[in-house]
Amino acid sequence: MKVLVTGASGMLGRQTALALAARGDDVTVLQRHPSGLPLPEVLADVADRAAMRAAVAGHDAVLHLAAKVNVTGRWADYERANVQGTASVVQACAASGVERLVHVSSPSVAHSGASLVGVGAEVADPTGARGHYARSKAYAEQVALGGDGETLAVVAIRPHLVWGPGDTQLVGRLVERAQSGRLPIIGSGAALIDSTYVTNAVDALVAAVDRCREAHGQALVVSNGEPRPVGELIADICRAAGAPTPTRHVPFPAAALVGGLVDAIWATRLALPFGGSPGDPPLTRFLAEQLSTAHWFDQRRTRELLKWTPAVSLEQGLAELADSFGTT
Amino acid sequence: MTRASDAARLPPPLVGVDPAWSRLVRAVDAEGIARTWHLLDNGVTPTIGTLLCVHGNPTWSFLWRRFIAQAPPGWRVVAVDQLGMGWSERTTPRTLAQRVDDLGSLTEALGLTGPVVTLAHDWGGPISLGWALEHRDQLRAVVLTNTAVHQPADAAGPALIRLAHTPGVRQSSCVATPTFVRATTALSRPALPREVRDAFAAPYASAFRRQAVGDFVADIPFDPRHPSAPRLDDIAARLSELADVPALLLWGPRDPVFSDVYLRDLRKRMPHADVHRYEGASHLVTEDAPLAATHVWQWLADLADLPEADREADASDPPPTDQSAGEPLWAALSARSNDHATAIVELGAHERRVSFAQLESTVRDLAAGLVGAGVRPGHRVAMLVPPGADLSAAVYACWRVGASVVVADAGLGVRRMGRALRGSAPDHVIGIAKGLLLARAAGVPGQLIAAGPLDRATMALVGAAHSLADLARSGRSTPLPALPSPDGDPEMAVLFTSGATGPPKGVVYRQGQLRAQLAALRTTYRLTTEDRLVAAFAPFALYGPALGLGSAVPDMDVTAPDTLTATALADAVSAVDGTVVFASPAALRNVVATAHDLTPQHRHALAGVRLLMSAGAPVPASLLRAMTEVLPAAEAHTPYGMTECLPVADISLTEIEALGAGDGVCVGHPVAGVTVAVIALDADGRAVGDPAVTAGVTGEVCVRAAHLKDRYDQLWATERASRHSSGWHRTGDAGHLDDDGRLWVEGRLVHVVTGPDGPVTPVGPEQRIEALPQVDTAAVVGVGPAATQQTVVVVVRSGTAPPGEPRDGLAAPDLSAAVRASAGVPVAAVLVARALPVDIRHASKIDRSRVSDWATSVLVGKRAGRP
Repeated sequence: MKVLVTGASGMLGRQTALALAARGDDVTVLQRHPSGLPLPEVLADVADRAAMRAAVAGHDAVLHLAAKVNVTGRWADYERANVQGTASVVQACAASGVERLVHVSSPSVAHSGASLVGVGAEVADPTGARGHYARSKAYAEQVALGGDGETLAVVAIRPHLVWGPGDTQLVGRLVERAQSGRLPIIGSGAALIDSTYVTNAVDALVAAVDRCREAHGQALVVSNGEPRPVGELIADICRAAGAPTPTRHVPFPAAALVGGLVDAIWATRLALPFGGSPGDPPLTRFLAEQLSTAHWFDQRRTRELLKWTPAVSLEQGLAELADSFGTT
Repeated sequence: MTRASDAARLPPPLVGVDPAWSRLVRAVDAEGIARTWHLLDNGVTPTIGTLLCVHGNPTWSFLWRRFIAQAPPGWRVVAVDQLGMGWSERTTPRTLAQRVDDLGSLTEALGLTGPVVTLAHDWGGPISLGWALEHRDQLRAVVLTNTAVHQPADAAGPALIRLAHTPGVRQSSCVATPTFVRATTALSRPALPREVRDAFAAPYASAFRRQAVGDFVADIPFDPRHPSAPRLDDIAARLSELADVPALLLWGPRDPVFSDVYLRDLRKRMPHADVHRYEGASHLVTEDAPLAATHVWQWLADLADLPEADREADASDPPPTDQSAGEPLWAALSARSNDHATAIVELGAHERRVSFAQLESTVRDLAAGLVGAGVRPGHRVAMLVPPGADLSAAVYACWRVGASVVVADAGLGVRRMGRALRGSAPDHVIGIAKGLLLARAAGVPGQLIAAGPLDRATMALVGAAHSLADLARSGRSTPLPALPSPDGDPEMAVLFTSGATGPPKGVVYRQGQLRAQLAALRTTYRLTTEDRLVAAFAPFALYGPALGLGSAVPDMDVTAPDTLTATALADAVSAVDGTVVFASPAALRNVVATAHDLTPQHRHALAGVRLLMSAGAPVPASLLRAMTEVLPAAEAHTPYGMTECLPVADISLTEIEALGAGDGVCVGHPVAGVTVAVIALDADGRAVGDPAVTAGVTGEVCVRAAHLKDRYDQLWATERASRHSSGWHRTGDAGHLDDDGRLWVEGRLVHVVTGPDGPVTPVGPEQRIEALPQVDTAAVVGVGPAATQQTVVVVVRSGTAPPGEPRDGLAAPDLSAAVRASAGVPVAAVLVARALPVDIRHASKIDRSRVSDWATSVLVGKRAGRP
């Protein structure tokens, strides 16, 4: 099968592209900067419609991971990268007669801030979603699933908190903050949170390419199905990475207040011309909510439709993470 | 000519009502005047039948919306708004007779020709019954909810309605203001949703529209000269004509208007009726207990299936036969009428000894006296007497008359016990002063009979008509009543479940079932007339005379088992040369704790005990082991069973220790005469298949036995749910059978964790976790929606907690790791708590549902306090 993978510079995109290639698929990767992968590569911006049409032509399937992933920044940037980018991919698939599109989404598209306890993939809700990233991804998912039809089968996969060796998003940030003593436990640290070890997420995306027809039109959450109290999960990851485990507790209201203020300040700075490069703020309201409310999911439908189950348990994943940091 | 304001109309959109059900129908009324009715009608062409629903005052057909929504295929449901009521045409006042005729004329206009089931509430009851009596050819069944056809002699009349009946009050409360309309929907606890209350009030928005509400109240015949009195009396008198029509009575006992008094009256008139009392439900029973709609449809489905069900019953194995068939329960006592050996000893400040001969003659005298006081075969007699000679005499005398005894255990707590007794509707109450006062205060019906020494003034004060002593005296000169008919199998006892997960349930036993229970005890424990019983466990204290065993009641507060001391036990044993001791684990714990007070004489007496039985709550092997120091010659056993069937299985301490740990608690082999089978759990943790005797399969434990309960009392739907098919009782326990046929109990079915990888039963993992040195107790619970739950362990530490660990919250990492390593099942989170909530009665069953609620709060990140 000829597969185009967008956004292969991140951990999940790289590993999925390699996994598809390893099983014999004819894989091309597409992103703005060279990925360094030993695979045919197109350098382009997904929001560039002409470039996308050219890149997509001749493929059987497209796996769309490219997205702006962050907790701060200007709405216009998210809108362009995530909403326009996805619209461009869908349009290119439709125009080129591609039969399968796997859109990588996020559980945050249906998260309005309340706890999610054993729920399935609920409808993406751009108005309720918290923060620019989640809102833009909610619109993006609507656009992607809107392209599902007679010739093009679209499925949206929402991997929840993907982590693993080489991860700069979650593991990298946690470890960096833990090492600089900027990682408090928000609230009691008891909120149950599910996560996804990267190999399991890769397997699920590969399965989604294969099961696109059977699962078309659906959004499916992917996770390990092993929720843990957030404090325990973060401590386990820190321990595997050889970083100090957090001990300082910050009550949620205080964290949310500080987070809210930080959101506001960062937004102001970014709105100013020449605002400088702010980097990541220490905490945002979105992050405070993410780390103090429960998020875990009913995986039955995902497993049934994708004929997939997580192969690597949380415990094995932590051991592999520790190996990668040389802490075992 | 109808004024515009009189006209029938369609209701606005309302919660739970499909506008397509609403229709207006023209039909002549009793006087031949054309009227327009509003109905809710699902419009189905019936292939099975029609459910004709008649509301009372001041409601309307909205009351029946769930019955329409849940109607199975083949059923038409027609719910009328009576003339002047709901959205039907406003008319001049209607009498009962007119309303019956109005309804008949409407069903004719509708062309309801096939089988009809009537369903009614409140004053719709007599109207529907009037219709039923006039349409016998098409009447299939009758369903009534909180209604009345007669003012029973023992009722003060529905006081509220009498008040509303007073003309001035009626005009102001029913018509001029919406007080009555609103009060009707304000009786429910918890309150009905506002939108539901508003929907009930919607058609009664003005004084004009409420006129019929007042007229309806005025038509209630409290006075025999009232124009509607003859018609109501006629309907009440003719209910006996419906003896062959299946009937279902659904009742909300908290109704201040149609209280249990009216249910008792209806049950007397329709003794064949199935009954379900929804404890806690009020006047609008179908609102307070929305499941009532489901239950009515189940009941109707069962009626249709009846011939088939009968065939099935014939095909299945017959329950084990009763070995002593035919012998009355008092046979063993009668056989010893000349025996001067001790039958009962009451220990304490005033030790009292009664011989078999004395007991037998007291029972005979008392039976004659009770007949003189109006106790009849089939009556229920509630017992509020502590175990001892008086209780035994009263119970056996009632049985001798052919009456049934209602035995409530003070362990239920006073309020729940009062409610349970009231619901059982006894015809008489025998009690000590405290008991009679409780019965009065709780509104328990029936004639009061005093037990024990009670002076005239106190008797008058509590309202006791007789005393046991007087009745025995008067009975001495009266001939012994005729023996109850030997053919039937009369009801003999009503006992109560502990109600750990809801109100206590009455459990009815017939004579054959009690006889079989005695036989099962005799066989399992090889009891002979050489044995003497020391019973510190209320229900078993009664069985001495029936088993032909001398018995002793230790000096203790029977309502508090942990008041049994080692010396009190030894005194009781030595008083009768006891060979068998029956005590609850709470009592044994205190015996072990006070064993240091035993003298050598005590120890000598205790060495004669050959058998120790302990039941009533889980009995730890360590406790039985500790008791061997107190009772060195006794074999320790723990029977497994429940109020509905005891014993089911039995295991000895030796066997427990030989078996070691396993998945659950081993309760041993089923005793002789009991069959145990398991309904396997499906992936969602539900027990949906058939019971099977397959080793190693975990599921709901089901039992069959000749000593299984007859039924739950006035809980038709509960009884239906507890019966798998003919003979099998679903215990609600989860467990499995091992290769050797032993039963292992793994927890309550409602506490099974239903995760994506299949069900997890709590007891096995709990036992493994409790083996950790740092754990005192553990509860394994599920969080999240059924079938996708995560397993969470809540532990009470046995030692001190490390710094930083909350007292109630997330466990420290090392405890968490140890628990995960020992649980044997995947665990999402480990929490600690200072204590776990337990049940009231035994103070030993962990309330896992409450623990689960608490864990759920903690694990969404909330501040949750303690469980």
